[in-house]
Amino acid sequence: MNIAARRADFPLLAIQMNGKRLSYLDSAATSQKPRAVLDAVRRYYEHDNANVHRGVYELAARATQDYEDARQKLADLVGSAPEEIVFTRGTTESINLVARSYGEVVLEPGTNVVTSAAEHHSNLLPWQQAAWHRGAEVRYVELGEDGRITPDALRSVVDDQTRIVALAHVSNVMGTVTDVAAAAEIAHAHGAVLAVDGAQSVPHRPVDVRALGIDFLSFSGHKMCGPTGIGALYGRADLLQRMEPVYYGGEMIEEVTLQGSTWKEAPWRFEGGTPNIAGAVGIGAAADYLRSIGLTAIHDHEVELANYLADRIRPIAGVVVYGPQGHRDSGVVTFNLDGVHAHDVATALDTEGVCVRAGHHCCQPLMRRLQAASTARASLYLYNNREDVDQFVDALAKAKEFFHRVAG
Amino acid sequence: MSLDEVYREVIMDHYQNPRHHGHLEQPTLSVGLHNPTCGDELRLDLQVSDDGVVQDAVFEGQGCSISMAAASMFTEAVRGKSLGEANRIAESFKDLLMRRESDRSILGELEALEGVAKFPARVKCATLVMNAFEKAIRKMSEGGGSGNVQA
Repeated sequence: MNIAARRADFPLLAIQMNGKRLSYLDSAATSQKPRAVLDAVRRYYEHDNANVHRGVYELAARATQDYEDARQKLADLVGSAPEEIVFTRGTTESINLVARSYGEVVLEPGTNVVTSAAEHHSNLLPWQQAAWHRGAEVRYVELGEDGRITPDALRSVVDDQTRIVALAHVSNVMGTVTDVAAAAEIAHAHGAVLAVDGAQSVPHRPVDVRALGIDFLSFSGHKMCGPTGIGALYGRADLLQRMEPVYYGGEMIEEVTLQGSTWKEAPWRFEGGTPNIAGAVGIGAAADYLRSIGLTAIHDHEVELANYLADRIRPIAGVVVYGPQGHRDSGVVTFNLDGVHAHDVATALDTEGVCVRAGHHCCQPLMRRLQAASTARASLYLYNNREDVDQFVDALAKAKEFFHRVAG
Repeated sequence: MSLDEVYREVIMDHYQNPRHHGHLEQPTLSVGLHNPTCGDELRLDLQVSDDGVVQDAVFEGQGCSISMAAASMFTEAVRGKSLGEANRIAESFKDLLMRRESDRSILGELEALEGVAKFPARVKCATLVMNAFEKAIRKMSEGGGSGNVQA
């Protein structure tokens, strides 16, 4: 992969921060946007803008075509049929949709949903709420020493009363990767479905829902080079067809009478109201952009760089790296500097032009398990290079030296 | 923007050697604050005399150097002051960080946190203890005692 050429695709990477070169290491929070995406959104507004699925004039047909083309692009990205892609505001809404529309139907007293303590709050709270509303149980799979969820651990909690197994593909804190294919096999063996939080995987590695046996997959546009406010839910066709809408209103109906109404087929029945058409065009362009580079190439690049980063900071006395201590399988590296709060580390790095996330990363149960109130996280993407990492490592060494000096 | 402007030695000293750290057995007012965006936690206990003088102020919690140093400095600054004077200290400190006109003469060591104004994302860390204090005052005027509320 030609990183210099890729970097040139992202206008924002050229800006300076605090008079320094920008080293953007927070792509797990949100990614930067390539010109291809920005241009697609602009082109849509300048040439095709109209409402979808209702106008009879040509402009409306073009807008509808753009919107449905974007659905096809996402289907191509994850290996599904376009009818299995529901546009949402993002991962959070996608998971809530499954929890409400599917979870609250199949869960009842005596049944359970299996998730883990390592989940982002958005893959934890919807399941807790659905289970609690229905009097069902929430079970948590035990995490391994390095934060991994092993098939054996999963087998020990999933039983015939399990209706849903809900897990992140890649942890946004530990950077660990869950064996989704094995999880699907375990869930299916007990008649349960597998709902995957793909927020940290779909942008960074090949994810094929059929090959992996995924029943529901949630992901966000803004973490995969697309705009904010748009994301998607992949749902297996037969499951989506069984689900009731959550939002009622325009666009999603077949026939409305004062006595009762019928809904469109899935996925359109889940898209009540005028959708985020420009966002869909943007996420579609982002999917094309990622596929043009190749998800395997993106993954290999990030993993190579993450291991380089981890190998460079581990020898620094006082640096703790969380998650796998050996080879890392994703571009997420979470760490702490002994005696210095993660927020102070992040502020110090900021003055050197380096952007990292600090805090609990929306994973309070996991942070309690790590016995860290707060950690700092560097996360990589296709546009990061060794210079970004070297700038970060130098800034971290400088921060350490500074805080140890002022702290006497 | 340099780190020395923010992390003055006196700040790091308060962070590493917090004054008035702990809790009171029977506080007049006790307020817990939690900053959900960053995970900082703070409990402020106040002993207030009948005539409205802060006889004791202690805190405990966990957070970054800015939030913990500010709590240490604030408890130091308000001891022996009337609630009105303590309130003015909190207000003046917020003015300082918002780059408004501020009465620096009453701030004591809190003035050392002035550099935080250059890092807008960190102002909420510095003012966490003041928010706890103001919450405590509000609760008192509402006739409440101890409590725990979200910031």
